[in-house]
Amino acid sequence: MRTRGLPLPRAVALGSPLQLLLLACSFALAGYAGTRLLAGDWFGIVLWFVGAALLHDLVLVPLYGGLDRAAVRAFGTLGRREWAGYVRVPAALSGLLLLVWFPLIGGRVADRYRSATALSADGFLGRWLLITAVLFGGSALLFLWRLRRATKRRPSADH
Amino acid sequence: MARTSLLARSPFAPSFWRSPVRGTRFTALLGVVLLGGITLLFVTGLLSYAAYNPNLAAVNDKTPDKGILGFYLFDWPTDPPWLYRLTQGVHVTLGVTLIPVLLAKLWSVVPKLFTLPPARSLTHALERLSLLLLVGGALFEFTTGVLNIQLDYVFPGSFYPLHFYGAWVFFAAFLAHAILRTPTALRNLRRMRAPSQEGGEEHGEHGKPGEGATRVARDEPDELAAPEPADPTVSRRGAFGLVGGASLLLFATTAGRSFDGPLRRTALLAPHGGAEPGSGPGGFQINKTAAYAGISTAETDEEAWRLVVTGRTGTVRLTRAALRAMPQHSSALPIACVEGWSTSDQWWRGVRLRDLAALVGHEDAPDVFVESLQRRGAFRHAALRSNQVADPRSLLALDVNGEELTPDHGHPARVIVPGAPGVLNTKWVTRLSFGGVK
Repeated sequence: MRTRGLPLPRAVALGSPLQLLLLACSFALAGYAGTRLLAGDWFGIVLWFVGAALLHDLVLVPLYGGLDRAAVRAFGTLGRREWAGYVRVPAALSGLLLLVWFPLIGGRVADRYRSATALSADGFLGRWLLITAVLFGGSALLFLWRLRRATKRRPSADH
Repeated sequence: MARTSLLARSPFAPSFWRSPVRGTRFTALLGVVLLGGITLLFVTGLLSYAAYNPNLAAVNDKTPDKGILGFYLFDWPTDPPWLYRLTQGVHVTLGVTLIPVLLAKLWSVVPKLFTLPPARSLTHALERLSLLLLVGGALFEFTTGVLNIQLDYVFPGSFYPLHFYGAWVFFAAFLAHAILRTPTALRNLRRMRAPSQEGGEEHGEHGKPGEGATRVARDEPDELAAPEPADPTVSRRGAFGLVGGASLLLFATTAGRSFDGPLRRTALLAPHGGAEPGSGPGGFQINKTAAYAGISTAETDEEAWRLVVTGRTGTVRLTRAALRAMPQHSSALPIACVEGWSTSDQWWRGVRLRDLAALVGHEDAPDVFVESLQRRGAFRHAALRSNQVADPRSLLALDVNGEELTPDHGHPARVIVPGAPGVLNTKWVTRLSFGGVK
C-alpha cells in the first residue's frame, strides 16, 4: 500500500505497477462477466448497478445520518445527549427489518406470495409492528430501570 | 472566498464528517468479517450454480454464455442428501445476516467517496473506479437476492443470469479490494489488540506516546477518522454491538425457515417462515401451488393422466394404477429451495427412477429429461444426471408421509432426488425421456 508514496514524481502519477496489474486483472474478469451481465436489458442493469451505489451513498446514508443527528440534537437540547441511544437503537433495528423485508411487510407481493406458496401474506406488517413495539418497549424499560437505579444510588451517596 | 467556505462545509471537506466512531479500526473489523462472509457467500453461490447441473442440458442452463465462468462445474452428487439444503440455507441466511455488516462497512468509508483530489495517480483513479464495481456489485447482489426470495421480481431480467454474472463482476472487484486492503486491515486489527490500547473506548487513532514505542513509530495517520470529531454519543464498542445485534436479529428471524414446526415459526418476517401451509401429511412448504402453475384436475385425474416413459426400447404409457403395481420404495428426503428455505425430511413413496429406466431398456441408468404438465415456469422441463437417476433413493413419488400426494405437492406424480435443488424435483410429471437429454 505504502509503495504509492515513492518520491519520484513520475512514479506518483502512475502509482504502484503491481497494483496497476492487479486492477487490470480485476477489470478484465469484471469485463468478461460484465458483457454477459449486460447482454439483456443493458440500460436497466447499468441503472440498477450504478443506481444502487448512488442511492445508497447519496440518499440512504444522508437520510439515516440526518435522522440520527436530529435525534441526538433533540436530546441535546434537553441536555441529555446520552439518552439518544434509547431511541436510535430500536429505531435502527426496526428500520433495518423494514429495509430488508419491505416487499412482504408493505404487501406489494402479497397476491403472488399467497397464490404461489399457499401461505398467508397478511401477518408480515403486524409482526413487524409487534417487533418494533417490543424493541421500543424493551428500550423504554431498560431506560426506566437504569434511571431508577441511578436516582436510588444518588441519595444514598449523599449521606 | 464564498466558494471556499461552501466547500469547507460540503461533504468534500474532511471536517464535514464528524462521527467519532469512524476510523480504520471500525472499518478493519467489519472488513475482516465481510472478507470471510462474502467469500463463503460466493462459494455457496457457485455450489448452488453447480447443483443445477447447467452443463447437462439446455433446460437446466439459464446462463448459456457462461464460458470460462463455469470452469469448476462438476456432477452434483446425491450424497449427503441434505447437501443443497445446507449450502443454500447458508447462502441465503448468511447473506441476510451480513446486511448490517455491509451497511456499516459502507457507512464507515462514505467520506472517502468525497476525497479530493478525485485521483492522485492512474492507479488511484482505477482503484476508485473499481470501488464503484465493488459497492455497486455488493448492493446489486444483496438487493437482487433479497428481492428474489420475497418473490418481488422487479429487477431488470431473469434472476439467474443477473445474480450469477453480477456475482462475478462483484467478485472481481472484491478480490482486488481484498488483496489491496487485507494487509492494512489486519495490521489495524493487531494494533487494536495491542496492550497500550486497552478498553476499546478510544475514539482517536493516536497512540499514547511513550507506550509501545515500536508500534507508535509505525502508526500511520488514520485516514478514516474524523479530523474534528463530535462528542461521542456511543463508544466504538457500542457501535460494534449495534451492528452485531442487528445481524443477530436478522439471523434469529430468518434461520428458522430451514426447519419445520416450532423453529419455522421463529422466522417472523422471512418468506416461508411462520406457520406451515395447512396440516396433515401435505402440510409442508410449497414452492409453487397447482393453481399458480395452472394445473387443472381435468389433466391429473385417474382417467386422463398417463405417464409417458421413453427409452432405448421405445415408449411405455403408464396409468397411476400401473405405477402402483410396480415395486414401491420409500425414501426420507428434504425439499430445499434456491430461495434458501427448506423442509425437514419428508417420507416419500413411489417407483424408483432406475426401475422406470429399466422398463424402457436401460439397465444402467442414463440421464433423464423430465417434463411437467406445467405450461410456464423456468423449470417445467428439467434434466437429471445419470448418478441422480441411479441413486436408489431417487423416486417418482406417488405418496408423501403415508398419503397420496396433494395437488400442490405434485399429484399425480413427482420426482424426488437426494441433494438436488427443489426445482429439479419436478412436480406433475407427465413424461420421462431416458437418454433423451438435449
